Amino acid sequence: MIAIETRNITKAYGEIKAVDEVSIIVNKGEVYTVLGMNGAGKSTLIKMLCGLVKPTSGEGLILGYNLIKETGKVKKVIAVSPQETAIAFNLTVYENLELLAGLNGFTKKERKGKVNEMMDIFSLEPYSKKRSKELSGGWQRRLSIAMALVSEPDILFLDEPTIGLDVLARRELWQVIKDLKNKVTIILTTHYLEEAENLSDRICILQKGKVSALGTVDELMAQTQTSSLEDAFINSVKEVINDENIDV
Amino acid sequence: MFSYRTLKEIIRDPISLFFGLVFPIVLLVLLTLINRNVPVDIFNIDMLTPGVAVFGLSFMALFAGQIVAKDRTSEFLTRLFTTPMKAKDFILGYTLPLVPMALLQTILCFVSAMFLGMRFSFSIILTIIFILPIGLVFISSGLLLGSLFSEKAVGGICGALLTNVTALFSGAWFSVELVGGMFEKIAYALPFFHAVEMGRAGMNGQYADMLPHAWWVLGYGVVISIGAVYVFRKKMKV
Repeated sequence: MIAIETRNITKAYGEIKAVDEVSIIVNKGEVYTVLGMNGAGKSTLIKMLCGLVKPTSGEGLILGYNLIKETGKVKKVIAVSPQETAIAFNLTVYENLELLAGLNGFTKKERKGKVNEMMDIFSLEPYSKKRSKELSGGWQRRLSIAMALVSEPDILFLDEPTIGLDVLARRELWQVIKDLKNKVTIILTTHYLEEAENLSDRICILQKGKVSALGTVDELMAQTQTSSLEDAFINSVKEVINDENIDV
Repeated sequence: MFSYRTLKEIIRDPISLFFGLVFPIVLLVLLTLINRNVPVDIFNIDMLTPGVAVFGLSFMALFAGQIVAKDRTSEFLTRLFTTPMKAKDFILGYTLPLVPMALLQTILCFVSAMFLGMRFSFSIILTIIFILPIGLVFISSGLLLGSLFSEKAVGGICGALLTNVTALFSGAWFSVELVGGMFEKIAYALPFFHAVEMGRAGMNGQYADMLPHAWWVLGYGVVISIGAVYVFRKKMKV
C-alpha cells in the first residue's frame, strides 16, 4: 500500500528551485528518511507534503488525497512534529495533549482516553501537571511527538526529532520511533546519519532540490560502492556537486 | 478550545497579569494621590479614569502580538496548521480571549476609581461600553504586528512604542490643546485621543458628544481589524 506518492513535485522561489521535480513513493508503515545538506530542499519537500507550502508544479497524493485539491482531507490523516519543540509552554503536559486532541475533533471522553494513552506510551504520567516550559529538552521532545500522535495520524512527519538532545534522550526517542514502526508511516528528516541508519527502512538523499540517491542503507552503499552510510551519503552529494561543476 | 488555550497562556504569565490588571490600578491610585496634594483638573477622578482605562487597554496589543509571534517562531503554529483548524478558528482563537480580559480590566479600573471617590452612575456603564472598541484597535494591532515581527520586536513595538504613543497622544496625562500645532493635529488623527475624550464625555453625561469620537475609534477598529486578518491570512497562508 502506498502512503505518499509525488510526481515531479517542484517548488520554485523565483529562479531558484528549492525542490526540483521530485518523484518518490513512500509505503505504508515504513520509516522513510530524507537526508541532505543544509538547503538541499528537505524542509520544503516536507512542508509541501504537509500542505503547508503549495507546489509550483507537479502533484502529490497522501493516502490517495490530492495535496492541492484535498488539503482538508490530507490534514486529517497527517501530523507534524516540527524541528522546534512547538509546544504551548504555559500549558501543562496534559493540557497540551488535550488541546491537540480537541483541535483534531475528539470528544471530551475520547480526549481523556487518548491523552492517557499517549502519557502511558511516552511515560509522561509523572509530569502530567507540570507546565511544559519546566520540562527538560528531552521531555519536551517526547511531548512534541506525543502531541503529533494524539490525533491518531496515519502519517507522521518528524523534522529533526533528536536535535539538541543528549545521547540517552536520543536513544530513548529512537526506541519510541522504533515502536511506532509498521503502525504509522514516518517521514523523518535528520542530520544524524547514525540515526538514519538505525531507524530507516529507506533513505532518500536530496541535493540541490533533486533526489541524488534512494534506497535502503545496503542499497545506497552498493550504489556508491562504499562501506558505510556516511561514505555513501558523501559520495551521493559529491557526485551531484561535481556534475554541476562540470556543467558550469 | 484554542481560545481557552490563548487565555490560559496569558493569565499564567505574571507579567501579563501585572500589566493587564494591576498596573492601570496602580497608576490610578498614584495619580489620585498626587492630585490630592497638587490638584490638577485633568487628574480629577472622572477625567483621569477614562484616560487610564484607554492606556491600560494598550497592553492588549502586547499580549496579542507576543502570543502570535511566539507561536510563529516556536513553530507551534506550524503544528496547528496541519490540524483541521480554519483561518477563522485561528483569528478568533487569538482575539476572543482578549475581549473579556479587556472588559475585566476596564471594569476593574472603574471599580477602583469608585473606591477613590468616583460616584456610581449609569454614565459609568455607558462609558465602559464605549471605551471597549479601542480595545479592538489594540487587539487587532497586536494580531497584525505579531504576524509580521519576532516576539522581541513585538515587545519593543507594542510594549514600548505603542504604549508611549497612546500615552502621549491620548491626552490622558496632559492637554494636547496646550501643546498645539502638529502635535495636536497628530493626536486628533489618531484614535487614542478620541477614545479618551469619548470616555470623558460619557462621564460628564454629554452622551451626544461621544458619537463623533466613537466613529473615529470604530473606523480605526474596523480598518485595523480587516488589515490584521488580511496580513495574518497572507503571512500564514491560511
